[in-house]
Amino acid sequence: MTTAEKYVTAAYCAVFAMLLLYVVIIALKLTRLEREVDELAERTEAGPVEEPRERTLVG
Amino acid sequence: MGRSYRIPLPGVAALALVLMTAALVLVFFVAPNDANQGFSQRIFYFHVSIAFTAYACFAGGAWKALVHLWKRDPLADLESYVAVHQGLIFGSLVLITGSIWAKISWGHWWLWSEDQLVLFLVLFLFYAAYFMLRFSVDPGPQRANLSAVYALFGVVLIPVSFLAIRIAKGFIHPVVFTRHGPNFGGWILVAYCVAQAAMLVLAYALYRVELAGKRLDERLRGLREVLA
Repeated sequence: MTTAEKYVTAAYCAVFAMLLLYVVIIALKLTRLEREVDELAERTEAGPVEEPRERTLVG
Repeated sequence: MGRSYRIPLPGVAALALVLMTAALVLVFFVAPNDANQGFSQRIFYFHVSIAFTAYACFAGGAWKALVHLWKRDPLADLESYVAVHQGLIFGSLVLITGSIWAKISWGHWWLWSEDQLVLFLVLFLFYAAYFMLRFSVDPGPQRANLSAVYALFGVVLIPVSFLAIRIAKGFIHPVVFTRHGPNFGGWILVAYCVAQAAMLVLAYALYRVELAGKRLDERLRGLREVLA
């Protein structure tokens, strides 16, 4: 491999490595969003949380 | 607030993949070696197309900023932010590939005497500061307005950066496009055009993916506030 070939390979690898890094960051973000959606879905499926009532003496 | 795009995202991503594959085949297997620079000239196909893509992203960001200031559309602010972010990613790639090409051609990673290089760095740093400004202000209309004005100011630097190599007298940076058209023809021109199209479509696909994520994030935040 000549010096020119090494540099050209390095340049193209740098481009694809950076784009891959970007995709990984976006994928991590989407994973976080998915987790948040699951949490919200669980909360809505469980229904509204009822406040504990105060005990009152009757009679 | 919702805005629908005519071309579905998977279609854009598939087109980017096809064009990128075609560009790589043309660059490495079809286009001939340059008479002066030899094999190292092959960096040009991606370096120049990435540079124009970065300019397009910054210009797109400025256009969306103008739309935001004009119509006070919060989505336009988000679109402007994502476009500037894409521009910065492609801008960093321009600097990396340019430095590698400079090392082979000129024997230096960077030359401060080259106006084209320095002006592109100024443009890059200007838009890097956009994020410092944006995240130093609380979310809301004030942040959106300040960011929009800043993104609009930056667009002035694009023609300056592009024309720098034509204005400079003692330049060594190669001039690709002259008044009489491109400085090359045949398969070199075909490979460059395909690489340029591939890079633009790829940038658009990444823009759409990031924008979808940001919009989802905002909607989730809104839902959390409602449920809290």
